[in-house]
Amino acid sequence: MNSSVSSVSVALTTKDTGVETAPLMHADRVCKTFDTPGGKKIPALDGVSLKIFQGRVTGLVGADGAGKTTLIRIAAGLLVPTAGQMTLLGLDSVDHSLEIQSRVGYMPQKFGLYQDLTVIENLRLYADLQGVALKTRHDRFDKLLTMTDLAPYTKRRAGALSGGMKQKLGLACALVKSPELLLLDEPTVGVDPVSRRELWKIVYDLVEKDRIGVLVSTAYLDEAQRCDQVKVLHQGRLLAQGSPDSFTAGMQGRVFLAAPDEQMRARQIYTRLAGQEGIADATIRSGRVRVVLNSPLSPENGNNQETGKQKIASLLNRSASTITTAVPVFEDAFMALIPRGDAQLHTPSTDQDKPWTPEPSSGEDAAVITNNLCKKFGDFTAVSNLTLDVRRGEIFGLLGPNGAGKSTTFRMLCGLLPATSGEIRVAGRNLRRSRAKARARLGYMAQQFSLYGQLSVKENFKFFGRAYGLSGKQLKIRMAWAFAEFGLDPWQDKPAGALPGGYKQRLSMATALLHEPDILFLDEPTSGVDPFARREFWLRINGFAEQGVTVIVTTHFMEEAEYCDRMVIISRGKTLAMGTPGEIRSLARTPENPDPTMDDAFIALSQGDRP
Amino acid sequence: MQTLRRLSALILKEFLTIIKDPKSRFVVIVPPIIQFFIFSYGATFDLENVRYAVFDESRSVLSRSFLADVEGTGRFRLTGYLEDAGQVKQTIDNEKARLVIHIGPRFEERLQSGRSVQIQVIADGRSPNVAMIAIGYLGTIVENFNRTLLEQGLAQGSRPGLALVERAWFNENLSSRWFMVSALGGVISTVVVMILTSLSVAREREFGTFDQLLVAPFSPVEILVGKSMPGIVFGMLDALIFAGGAVLWFHIPFRGTVSALMVSLLCFIITIVGIGLLVSSLSTTMQQGLLGAFLFLMPAITLSGLATPVENMPMWLQQANMFNPVRHIITALRRIFLEGADLGTVWPQIWPLLIMACVTLPLAAWLFRRRSV
Repeated sequence: MNSSVSSVSVALTTKDTGVETAPLMHADRVCKTFDTPGGKKIPALDGVSLKIFQGRVTGLVGADGAGKTTLIRIAAGLLVPTAGQMTLLGLDSVDHSLEIQSRVGYMPQKFGLYQDLTVIENLRLYADLQGVALKTRHDRFDKLLTMTDLAPYTKRRAGALSGGMKQKLGLACALVKSPELLLLDEPTVGVDPVSRRELWKIVYDLVEKDRIGVLVSTAYLDEAQRCDQVKVLHQGRLLAQGSPDSFTAGMQGRVFLAAPDEQMRARQIYTRLAGQEGIADATIRSGRVRVVLNSPLSPENGNNQETGKQKIASLLNRSASTITTAVPVFEDAFMALIPRGDAQLHTPSTDQDKPWTPEPSSGEDAAVITNNLCKKFGDFTAVSNLTLDVRRGEIFGLLGPNGAGKSTTFRMLCGLLPATSGEIRVAGRNLRRSRAKARARLGYMAQQFSLYGQLSVKENFKFFGRAYGLSGKQLKIRMAWAFAEFGLDPWQDKPAGALPGGYKQRLSMATALLHEPDILFLDEPTSGVDPFARREFWLRINGFAEQGVTVIVTTHFMEEAEYCDRMVIISRGKTLAMGTPGEIRSLARTPENPDPTMDDAFIALSQGDRP
Repeated sequence: MQTLRRLSALILKEFLTIIKDPKSRFVVIVPPIIQFFIFSYGATFDLENVRYAVFDESRSVLSRSFLADVEGTGRFRLTGYLEDAGQVKQTIDNEKARLVIHIGPRFEERLQSGRSVQIQVIADGRSPNVAMIAIGYLGTIVENFNRTLLEQGLAQGSRPGLALVERAWFNENLSSRWFMVSALGGVISTVVVMILTSLSVAREREFGTFDQLLVAPFSPVEILVGKSMPGIVFGMLDALIFAGGAVLWFHIPFRGTVSALMVSLLCFIITIVGIGLLVSSLSTTMQQGLLGAFLFLMPAITLSGLATPVENMPMWLQQANMFNPVRHIITALRRIFLEGADLGTVWPQIWPLLIMACVTLPLAAWLFRRRSV
């Protein structure tokens, strides 16, 4: 942990020699199809061939359902490929799965820690299961605990650890038997930026010191940039592979930044550009809109940059000189690379057909106010002294890693959980004590899919519509709107539980919006959703906010804060900062880092708050 | 108007979720009907086919005549004649017979000379119920045999001073099937309703849908009514099917009034729904809900008086049993079927049920919102 400078050079040398050795893992035209209960066959992997080498970190990226987890599970010997061959350490994954499992470390998305055992007991248990010799154990545990910074917490119950610490313990358990190859399935999902950086550092230390090979799948595209090799999966096929630099090389002159001005706020620029023809991606980053163009615009050399700037400028009705070029990163390349077929980002309806106009504010100007809000579960303080106010018509973000207290706060705001102390007012009332009618103007989308899975999409709409007092023609109009707006038409009579992940998310949101709420509560709407669905989601939220709906949203993706008007960052129940994205980013501004990201801000803010 | 619309949507949803879920559908229909038939045929105290062996050392006309009486009751089944005393132990040990009737070598000789004679019955005490009832039957046979002997002038002595003339009211043949089947519908619908309702809130908690209900403009009372409906409807349906089955299939007499049956069943099922919803709103997962349901079901049914008389229990337990709704419905059902009770007669069974419903239902509604983690 403390020799990062010297270790870089080591890493470089291992990379150079790694190529000559035999691959640790070799997938040869691996196919895997799953049978659905209806007898349909779903191909998860369709002839994937790739090699993983020693001494390298190989990243596996792709949208949801691209086949990342399936590939890793086949490598871990947990699934049998339908066709093709998977070879690990020179052994066939099907015939020698036991031997492979004893030499390969595998950490699934949700690592099976025993929540009621302490840190050291979990380690011992996994050492027993893996048959680690008693003699070597002590040294190994010491090493793992030092590496993961968990040494001070050996007696703490795993269930009482923070999200990041749990992941680190999971990693330590996967490493008890010094594996030759480490398979990590989305190890950093929902983990705070500080812990994410620490996890990556551990992985790199391992690669440098033990010269093991690592295959890691990730949903964070900025993490892919740190890998030695990146494999991009798309719909079960290997779409591209190479070093991150080889991906970004082709993106020169296709990435631009548009700064907000007096006429247009960043969000308006973003709404204007997203989904336009020729634009592969538009996001808000550090207060500016980052635009990726689909392909080099003109065949003539040298002019790419200028034509690109002009195209964007014309879409925004401003001069090309206001558009600047940016250094491409892996994410830009990824967004431009993935073909958009039927899963095309569904552009929400434009301003012309506004679905509804929220009621004008009745008296109180603030939609939500909390004052010194606290919540304790026994000894554990989930939320302490949270004071915030959300104005009508703004997008307000509650940001923080898993376990920070976001959901607890949310549930208190919605009246689902009593506060230990403090004051809450939503639309001028405390929802816990007020009558049922007060809840009629709110929309709520829970973190997990929480509609009736057995009922069809239509039946769910009907039930929730009527629950909020819609009926007859009004209900029909709203249902038709929801089917059209969210592209749910083909799914009308399908059971809600049988919808693919992305559509479930859409359905949940459509249901929350059916009764035209004034205030919309969205709890982790983008968790477990791939980059495309996340972009689609934010575009929608933007649209609703433009119409005056107050949106309160929680997320553990720090960069999503950019879409919010204002936000509060919480960690371990404590408020770290509150303000506009710009204000919060500026807190981390230093001479060395004049243009900090939201991640940097979180890390700077939580520096004084480490345990 | 708004309330009614919301409520009807909620009730419709509750029924849809049960009907669309193959498992819930199964719970409501298949096991109750199987249980009804199995218990009706299986749960009986009437002895039939008790295996017995005979060690007849007399081998005389009179001993044959006595054994013929035993055979003639139809309750015993002869497994064989034993040759010597050593086989007796073996026969009982190997459970080849539950009883061995031992008639001594001088049986006829002694009877004819006017002396008394003993018949030995060796019973398998490992199943005391069978042994006691079987010995009881044999006692009656011996008594009848004595009377015949007196009439034939074979045995001497005066006629016994007292003669018992038995007459059972309400259940003339003392058939335990009448006793069981009349009350069985109540117990089986208890199980169905309890499982159905104890899962209803817990399932929604587990899948997160309960939060959606709580943030929607439903009042706790509306949710309570919506959640109670399927339990009440399916519970009543089951109980009434069983009442019909008891009369039509098992020919149990129905002597009471239909109104008494309907009202007491309805009150009972509402009480069970209250308990089920209380258990459910205390649970956060379906597993907890089901566990809670069985925690209630086991003692409630064991102590209900379905199989063992409540009067046999110690006084304190009898008093505690006042809080057992199953006990009340079983008493009520038996009184309605066999005694011919009307609504007024079963009122003492109905009001405790109503009081219990008045406590559990509001408590469950209150817990909907309190207990959400």
